[in-house]
Amino acid sequence: MSASTPLVRFENVQKSYDGEVLVVKDFNLDVERGEFLTMLGPSGSGKTTCLMMLAGFEPATHGEIYLDNQPINNVPPHKRGIGMVFQNYALFPHMTVAENLAFPLEVRRMSRSDREARVNRALDMVQLGEFGARRPAQLSGGQQQRVAVARALVFDPELVLMDEPLGALDKNLREQMQYEIKHIHENLGVTVVYVTHDQSEALTMSNRIAVFNDGVVQQLAAPDVLYEKPENAFVAQFIGENNKLRGDVTALEDGRCVVSTASGHQVQAIAVNVSQVGQPTTLSLRPERVLIAPQPGSIDNEFEATVLELIYLGDHIRARVALLGREDFIIKVPNSADHVAIRKGDTVIVGWQSDDCRALDA
Amino acid sequence: MKLVTKLAPAALAVSMTLGVASAAEITVVSWGGAYTKSQVEAYHKPWAAATGNTVVSEDYNGGLSEVKAQVEAGNVKWDLVDVELSDAVRGCDEGLLETLDINEMPAGDDGTAAADDFLPGTYTDCAIGTIVWSTIYAYDSSKVEGTPSSIADFFDTEKFPGKRGIRKNPKANMEMALMADGVPADEVYSVLATAEGVERALAKMDSIKDQVVWWEAGAQPPQLLADGEVVMTTAYNGRIFNAVASEDKPFEIVWDGQVWDLDLWVMPKGAPNKEAAMDFVKFSTDTKRLAAQASWISYGPVRKSSSSLVGSFHDKPDLKMDVHMPTAPSNMKNALQNDFEFWADNQDQLNEQFNAWLAK
Amino acid sequence: MTTAETNIEYEGESLKKRLDKAMFASRRRAFLLVLPLLLFVLVTFVAPVLYFLFQGFYDPTFSRIMPQTSAQLAEWDTVSEPDEAMYAALVADLVDARKAKTIGKVATRVNREKAGTRSVFTSSARKAAKLEAPFKEALIDVKKEWADPAIWEAMKTASNTWTLGYYANALDYRQNADGSYRRQDASRRVDTEVGFGDWSFTVNLGIHQLLFLRTLQISLMVTVFCLLLGYPIAYLLATLPLRTSNLLMILVLLPFWTSILVRTTSWIAMLQSQGVVNDLLVFFGVTNDDGRFSLIYNKLGTLIAMTHILLPFMVLPLFSVMKGIPPSYVRAAKSLGATNWTAFWRVYAPQTIPGIGAGAILVFIVAIGYYITPALVGGQDGQMISNFIDFHMRKSLNWNLAAGLGGVLLVIVMFLYWLYDRIVGIDNMKMG
Repeated sequence: MSASTPLVRFENVQKSYDGEVLVVKDFNLDVERGEFLTMLGPSGSGKTTCLMMLAGFEPATHGEIYLDNQPINNVPPHKRGIGMVFQNYALFPHMTVAENLAFPLEVRRMSRSDREARVNRALDMVQLGEFGARRPAQLSGGQQQRVAVARALVFDPELVLMDEPLGALDKNLREQMQYEIKHIHENLGVTVVYVTHDQSEALTMSNRIAVFNDGVVQQLAAPDVLYEKPENAFVAQFIGENNKLRGDVTALEDGRCVVSTASGHQVQAIAVNVSQVGQPTTLSLRPERVLIAPQPGSIDNEFEATVLELIYLGDHIRARVALLGREDFIIKVPNSADHVAIRKGDTVIVGWQSDDCRALDA
Repeated sequence: MKLVTKLAPAALAVSMTLGVASAAEITVVSWGGAYTKSQVEAYHKPWAAATGNTVVSEDYNGGLSEVKAQVEAGNVKWDLVDVELSDAVRGCDEGLLETLDINEMPAGDDGTAAADDFLPGTYTDCAIGTIVWSTIYAYDSSKVEGTPSSIADFFDTEKFPGKRGIRKNPKANMEMALMADGVPADEVYSVLATAEGVERALAKMDSIKDQVVWWEAGAQPPQLLADGEVVMTTAYNGRIFNAVASEDKPFEIVWDGQVWDLDLWVMPKGAPNKEAAMDFVKFSTDTKRLAAQASWISYGPVRKSSSSLVGSFHDKPDLKMDVHMPTAPSNMKNALQNDFEFWADNQDQLNEQFNAWLAK
Repeated sequence: MTTAETNIEYEGESLKKRLDKAMFASRRRAFLLVLPLLLFVLVTFVAPVLYFLFQGFYDPTFSRIMPQTSAQLAEWDTVSEPDEAMYAALVADLVDARKAKTIGKVATRVNREKAGTRSVFTSSARKAAKLEAPFKEALIDVKKEWADPAIWEAMKTASNTWTLGYYANALDYRQNADGSYRRQDASRRVDTEVGFGDWSFTVNLGIHQLLFLRTLQISLMVTVFCLLLGYPIAYLLATLPLRTSNLLMILVLLPFWTSILVRTTSWIAMLQSQGVVNDLLVFFGVTNDDGRFSLIYNKLGTLIAMTHILLPFMVLPLFSVMKGIPPSYVRAAKSLGATNWTAFWRVYAPQTIPGIGAGAILVFIVAIGYYITPALVGGQDGQMISNFIDFHMRKSLNWNLAAGLGGVLLVIVMFLYWLYDRIVGIDNMKMG
């Protein structure tokens, strides 16, 4: 097995529960060894179904899944050797923490001494060395979460699946656990396929993110690429905050285009998803890339805007302005020492580089 | 004055209505099935017609438990109960029953005083007899090959294979078992009074135990025969007679080794409608009524004066009743009267032994 | 302001008092809310049961009706010959009892201790008024049994108002006149096999001991059968989609809504030798007309009918527990490498123990007191102890012994409940 072949490969996988609607439509994905890949999407987008097919709990209706180059459609879950962390942790309530961890080793007929050594090591890894004799119910949510992770890893699987494992935790704990899981991944070099609907979680932890919508992968890319260069309106909207401007393409040349908005203004943008003049399009523009009172002539898009609302958020100020006929245009003004002071009702000039403005599908 | 005279008829009318409204309703308890029907036809209906009172008829399975419960709770619902002799005696001894004086009963149609008209032993301080009935055994002639004729045949499953129905109670069974084992009728109770005698009776029953279906209510044996659950069963003779007479069942009664007993009226202590109930007792035990009952079921009247009036089955004029009575001479050749004193003395012990034997 | 200051000043006491006051009001309300039910249960359940059990210890029949004899018997050492004073007291009591029409009760009471003495009492009482001193000879003249010390011993035993005799009898021991106990007479004992296969041995048991043992055995078997049959059904119901499982649940509950008498009688129609099951077996040639199986009026009939009737008691708690087990546990076990069987046995089954416990204890306790079904389909070897209690309640009229049997049954149930608590734990039980 060469390191260059992907660990997991989905090939034209489809899934339907009722024989009428496809919840997963023609899914193709390679998961590289050692990477942390996140399936991100709203609920019902098919991401959990893909995970369950990989784990073996749901059969694929069509297509083939390969693990280590071996087709696994007919391999039962317990022979796949895939670790899994469930949303509600699924720690066995009638066993102690140590027994939970020993369970996968026991069914693999490992000797008692080996079992104990491994369980202790796994507990230490998640800083729960003292808690082996407790029952899951006697642990806090964060501790249970760590046990679940330790249990999925204790038998040294090459691949670990995590199904929204942090969903039940509060915000602070969730952030802390994100780092912990990330560090465990980095230290062990294990391959992780992670499912979540929380984009910041996905951005924090992943090497690559597959954005799901409506049974289809919208974009598969590294976090920064996803954010900076969304390939369609759904991704742009789903990842981070985004200003949308609708219009029609009036000129198209060298990967750049001019878009005429409903208000009659002309906006310069990068042509991403448009192929011909006259096509409708959605312009995507990150709020933090909009500048207030730019140096005149230094940028290619400049418009007049009226400040409708200001929200003070400490590190930045959120301004809602009326611009290009829209009243929901958001600008993030960094709270830096030299930021331009604006007040509600002010009329200001705003602008952005055409490189930051992407013309996507309508 | 005028006003008063005018009012008089109205007052009379009012008092008459009141008289009707206050007509008594008595509760008479008996054994159910064809037997209760015979009482309803012969006693209840004529009495109700003659007095305007109502009779509520209830069924029970014998024994004194309900009477005891009602009397001890001070909440007596029953006015009259049809009981076996041993229960009549025991209930009287335990103070559960009202006294019923034989001298208050009507004289026989021939003028004989009641005390002399009733057969000896058919009344006690607390009970007035009505009928003689008998525990016999019967078989289904369509299923049994040959003709069983003796009590020994009932216990002989080699000669007459097939299931047997027996009442789940030692009474009458122990006697029949001994007679089947060769004990003459007049020695049965002296043998049964000894431990060896009890062993002997149980041993006889043991010989057919695995073939026995046990019954408890009097209506069950004809049903067991009809359903084919058993080919032979002990039963109360009237029940079998009625199944034959009314439903044309192919059942035959074997009188050899019959154990006969009495049924008597008793009144629980504190019965709610004493006077009406007493009137009912007098009415139902007169010569004609007792004879009338015998046209509905083959149980013999306890009055000498009634015997000559016994005629035919109520809807079959050809069916003479006298030969179907337990007391008919042809049926009495090898018959045994149930000894109430023996059973009063020994039924607790024999019940226990019988139950222990059943459980084996 | 003032109140606040007082509060601070006397914080400890005042706060506690206030809390008590507030709590008292809510406690009183809670008490008043349950009061009607409490009274109802006390009056209709606790009091009658206690009174009934009390009858197993308390029997004043003899001492109340025969006070003088009782006084004499209390002095008697059970060994020496009964003297004239005892006979005189007896005659005086017999005369009174005859007058009061209570002699039958005394006779019945003594007859329970020594069979055959009933008529000795009733016939002697009839003549007692005419007897003259010396009463010893006079009485023995009337009935020679009066010379037998055994009848005096029986009377002495019967004269105890407070007695353990009935409870002893319920366990097949009899009380002697001197207060010691002996085993029930051999004629009322049976040899019976206990255990099965190579481990069976014969013991000589009294009829009650045998019945208690059989009751436990039948209840245990019914519980096991209910578990074996109910577990897969409950599992199916818990895993099917809601709409299908609701439909099937109605099938489980349907028998619940049918009269127990109807269900038992239907089993008679099904299982009797001319019944549906045997007809089918004959039709398909499994057996012939002469070889019809005895499926009813025996222990088998009791087991079949009781298992059917009690099945919902097992299915319902199991179902509610299984419904609460998320499928992710079994999935987790499989993802960790467990086969289907291991995942079921090590992960799923242990989590259903609360349901098994609740179902088993429900079925067992209901079964142990079952009456109507064994009475109707039990024949002779399918009878249970409750049928005996009924026998003594309704037929032999020995309510004290019935109370003794009932008391022993209650103690057995409590003991088993205690045992269950020690082994499984009562908290580990979920009714639904």
